[in-house]
Amino acid sequence: MSNHLYNKTGILSRFLLRQDRIRIPVWLLSLFVFTFLIAESFTSLYPAEQDRQALAETMLNPAMTAMVGPGYGLENYTFGAMMAHQMLLFTAVTVGIMNILLLARHTRAAEEDGRIEMVRSLPVGRLSNLLAAIAVLFGTNVLLALGIGFGLYVLGIDSMSLNGSLLYGAALGAIGFFFTGVTALFAQLSESSRGAIGLSFTVLGVSYLIRAIGDVSNETLSWFSPLGWILGAEVYVNNYWQPVFITAAASIVLVAFALYLHSIRDTGLGFLPSKPGRTFASPFLQSPFGLAFRLLRTAIISWAVGMVLIGVSYGSVFGDLESFFNEIDVMEDLIGPVTGVSLTEQFAAKLMSVISMISTIPALMVILKLKSEEKKARTEHVLARAVSRTRLLASYLFIALFVGFVMISMAAGSLGLTAVTVMDDGLSFGTFYSAAIVYLPAIWVMTGIAVLLVGFAPNASGLTWLYLGYSFIVVYLGGLFQFKDWVGNLSPFAHIPQLPVEEMDLMKVSILTIITIVLLAAGFIGYNRRDIHG
Amino acid sequence: MTVLSTRHLTKTFGKFTALDEVNIEVNKGEVYGFIGPNGAGKSTTIRILLGVLKATAGEAKIFGMDAWKNAVEIHKRIAYVPGDVNLWPNLTGGEVIDLFVKLRGSHHKSRREELIEKFDFDPTKKCRTYSKGNRQKVALIAAFSSDADLYILDEPTSGLDPLMERVFQESVVDLKREGKSVLLSSHILSEVEKLCDRVGIIRQGQMIETGTLKELRHLTRTNLLVETKQPIVSLRDLNGVHDVKETEKQYSFQVDSEELDGVIKHISQYGIVKLESAPPALEDLFMRHYESGDGGAS
Repeated sequence: MSNHLYNKTGILSRFLLRQDRIRIPVWLLSLFVFTFLIAESFTSLYPAEQDRQALAETMLNPAMTAMVGPGYGLENYTFGAMMAHQMLLFTAVTVGIMNILLLARHTRAAEEDGRIEMVRSLPVGRLSNLLAAIAVLFGTNVLLALGIGFGLYVLGIDSMSLNGSLLYGAALGAIGFFFTGVTALFAQLSESSRGAIGLSFTVLGVSYLIRAIGDVSNETLSWFSPLGWILGAEVYVNNYWQPVFITAAASIVLVAFALYLHSIRDTGLGFLPSKPGRTFASPFLQSPFGLAFRLLRTAIISWAVGMVLIGVSYGSVFGDLESFFNEIDVMEDLIGPVTGVSLTEQFAAKLMSVISMISTIPALMVILKLKSEEKKARTEHVLARAVSRTRLLASYLFIALFVGFVMISMAAGSLGLTAVTVMDDGLSFGTFYSAAIVYLPAIWVMTGIAVLLVGFAPNASGLTWLYLGYSFIVVYLGGLFQFKDWVGNLSPFAHIPQLPVEEMDLMKVSILTIITIVLLAAGFIGYNRRDIHG
Repeated sequence: MTVLSTRHLTKTFGKFTALDEVNIEVNKGEVYGFIGPNGAGKSTTIRILLGVLKATAGEAKIFGMDAWKNAVEIHKRIAYVPGDVNLWPNLTGGEVIDLFVKLRGSHHKSRREELIEKFDFDPTKKCRTYSKGNRQKVALIAAFSSDADLYILDEPTSGLDPLMERVFQESVVDLKREGKSVLLSSHILSEVEKLCDRVGIIRQGQMIETGTLKELRHLTRTNLLVETKQPIVSLRDLNGVHDVKETEKQYSFQVDSEELDGVIKHISQYGIVKLESAPPALEDLFMRHYESGDGGAS
């Protein structure tokens, strides 16, 4: 009957599973581990009821509401309520991202690369590939829902009932499938996978924003966001199942519509018109620097926006910070009190180490972009013309240094501004900004290492990420794990004076800068000597 | 005057020898055909000449300068078209052409428009939507609208349709008329035959034959188709006769060029009704080199 539409969907599903045999388990396992660890950590962080109630007080802050969702069950802030209130939204966003990336990969991206054409030339139904991809993700989301649901229950934490835990999992599964539907739809509308992914992320972002605005000002508005729906389930407090069913039903409508559009469209084309681009290159584009900047533009802007969001959200908690710290002893353990310095100042200093490490990510991405350009055989186009290797690498280096500075300035600036506004009489803007900007030499060292690796061992350049991850663990979590000093000292971030808690140390900062110069010089020498592969 | 030369050029990747003492010489105003099977080392040679790969031993010079050390100086005067053109998916073809031309240095606005017209190319689309042929057009338009002295073309027409291939050939002929030099690596033998003054054949990293087409043809065979009144006796036993095929009274066979005289004298005794001779195609030469184990012209 409908053989021409669905033929061989089963085989294709298995084929997709085989392609994702690492990717999907890694996503699921990370989500499981992350969720269970957080749930466990709540029990050790806030063992006494008054700790939890003190935390509940700080949750009344509108900035927190905007970030994590409306507070419910705050009058009796159990572990379950805490978990659902603080974690469900973030996890849901992560699950949304997972679904968007996984589905786009097997639909529009495969079509763009011409793989679908080959599959379609076989005796395979017109809808089979899309259907197979949706089926695989449906299975993934069901597994996620059951795994999280039963897992949370098995942890045996007080107030986390079986019903509530299953609802928690189901809410995640439902929102995941919703974004499978959204992506499936945009994969039909847009001609490129970048377009499909971008539009889907936009829906995710707008859902988050609508919900944030709605939760703070007008609850009806939140019901226009799928993320608002699943928060409406009030997991572990009232356990409403209806919102999850609504989300699932909406997903099915989206999927059905996507399948319909897929059945009537030409392979390779989309419904959204692709507008013609520029006939001529702008003068800015016509240099190695301009080209590099153009290639990185979208990423840089997105990161800058993200850094501002991080800054604002951290900054907004400073208002309630002092009272919060006074009531919770655990935080003192985490930070470790120093006489003569307020906990707020210590928290600011600690926070800046994290923000500086986050700011390092886009700077490293810039340098590593040069490597990925080489892998895609595009560096050759540039080097085959009158462009020296030094000039090419310097273009990327310059952008990386610029990006590092801009990102940390964006985050620290917005954090400082927000914090100064919400605090009655606290630290000055300058204190916040200088506490962050002092980390620039550490960012430079990381950039230098990336340049060195790209220069000498491009295939090993991914190690830079490992080193950054190591730095994060030893510097940020070092206090908790009680590492030996040398373990922490292996990271450049550990050598930065923690303003305003510590004194400025020009010596250390200068040494880091000199190390950077040595790394960069070596990297440039290596890049000038080696083969460019493609 | 020599524009491009390699002497004993050797390149190893680990234990694998990609190039083994390769010698090439391209003179001014000459179109040099660089042919060889896949993986023979054509692209590796070209990438060393571009200063993208570093030679393990030997020298590679363009305009008398070292290809590795003086890459930037050299690149101001050359234009390059790779065989596999990978472009940035989110830039338009027009933007990439401008970028390429600008990175070389010189400007040629009118030439660009003329070539876009000639190659029937839409520069307003994003590169991700272009087919292989269209991506190749981007590289070709950028190269031909540059005012270079040497053009290095690495299998530039592998994705073009026959019509566009003709446009390409016309463009190369134009270059030749202007006295430019071209290094053309190609698989399309008719193209090499039409365009190239001299040909070099590379196989498994070694140059096995170099010379003008005329010189190379000398080494090869002429195809003959003969019809005679009486059947030819002992044709197969004649010196230099190969691949005899007999149909009714017609014989088709190949003759070594140096034995042609003797063979014609012999068959003329049988009363020639019809005689067709075809010049040796480069393809025959090519095939013999590709197939034979030792690579020598036998």
